[in-house]
Amino acid sequence: MIAGDWPLWEVFVRGKRGLNHVHAGSVRAADAEMALRNARDLYTRRNEGVSIWVVEAARITASSPEEKDPFFAPSGDKIYRHPTFYDIPDDVPHI
Amino acid sequence: MSHTSDNALHAIIEATGDLGFRDPLAGVDSRLPEGAAPADLAAYCLMLGDDALVMSHRLQQWCTRAPELEEEVALANIALDLLGQARLLLSRAAQIRNGAGDAGRGTAEGAAAGRWDEDRLAFFRDAAGFRNVRFAEAPHDDFAHAMVRLLVFSAWRLALLDRLSSSRDPVLAAVAAKGVKEVAYHRDHAAGWTVRLGDGTELSHLRAQRAWDAVLPEAAELLHVHEVEGRLAAAGVAADPSTARGELEDVLARVAEAATLRHRPPGRAPDGGTGRYGVHTPELDSLLAELQEVARAHPEATW
Repeated sequence: MIAGDWPLWEVFVRGKRGLNHVHAGSVRAADAEMALRNARDLYTRRNEGVSIWVVEAARITASSPEEKDPFFAPSGDKIYRHPTFYDIPDDVPHI
Repeated sequence: MSHTSDNALHAIIEATGDLGFRDPLAGVDSRLPEGAAPADLAAYCLMLGDDALVMSHRLQQWCTRAPELEEEVALANIALDLLGQARLLLSRAAQIRNGAGDAGRGTAEGAAAGRWDEDRLAFFRDAAGFRNVRFAEAPHDDFAHAMVRLLVFSAWRLALLDRLSSSRDPVLAAVAAKGVKEVAYHRDHAAGWTVRLGDGTELSHLRAQRAWDAVLPEAAELLHVHEVEGRLAAAGVAADPSTARGELEDVLARVAEAATLRHRPPGRAPDGGTGRYGVHTPELDSLLAELQEVARAHPEATW
């Protein structure tokens, strides 16, 4: 059969311990309700998630690979944007 | 996602020492409820277990044949849920048939001594020994048939499991409590597709109506009460299928209306001669030939 008739949806799953929804993959579905159900069956079969978002792939605006340099390169050499210049006391956990 | 899946897999292996293919009733209270004949309870577990096993196999046959890849996974998930229910119920039937002692189950010595286990019940009985309703064994002529059949089967089974979650048999109550959530999803999945097809294009409506007209007359069988079911229901152990009629009719009428399908409620239940008595169609023979082929060709095989 032809899957081309159904639009593509991107699936975001929030794991039990995770804080944010993370991109899990994509599904084909006729509408948002079916996309949610298909995502449930494909991406949460092993109890991975407690919440699912779906968004039609065509509705996502993405940065293009061609503009990679001006888009991302300027942040590459600005190490002061990373908090690496602090001494962390030994008794501070979880860092 | 992959690391999450790996962790879940490792958790199962760590907890069970393998992939979980072991006694599914390990750790469950196995005492028999008072007031119920063990033979009745074993027969009843076989009925509900065979329903799940046979329906699961019909759904598995959609693998590589479903109209969409996503739908194929959904149907496989539903089939696996039912297979899980079948394992628990057949194991319970075997446990009761074997009596209180549990030594030797699942071993070659046990099998030689005539002991029962889930595999022997699933793979080494002929059609006449199966107690599933005939409704579960019918082939799915097309996707609309599959969805209408799954809708009727799930609505009926959900009504039964709902009642069974307060069964006086602790195993049936536990199986039912787990199954209610699964079967509620199966019912919603099938209802969603029935509405999409019925209230879809001219062609999909035509085919959904054809499926509805073909499947619904068979539903009366589901409401017949076998004497074992009657006795156990009176003892507070089983669910009386005739009491599921109200809920089943209500669900079907609502789905038919939303799907713009001409409805015909299930007729009067037959007096007997249903699948519960081992009276089956030739379709079950061919289903079992496929289901049992590998186990019978290699009876000692393990993996």
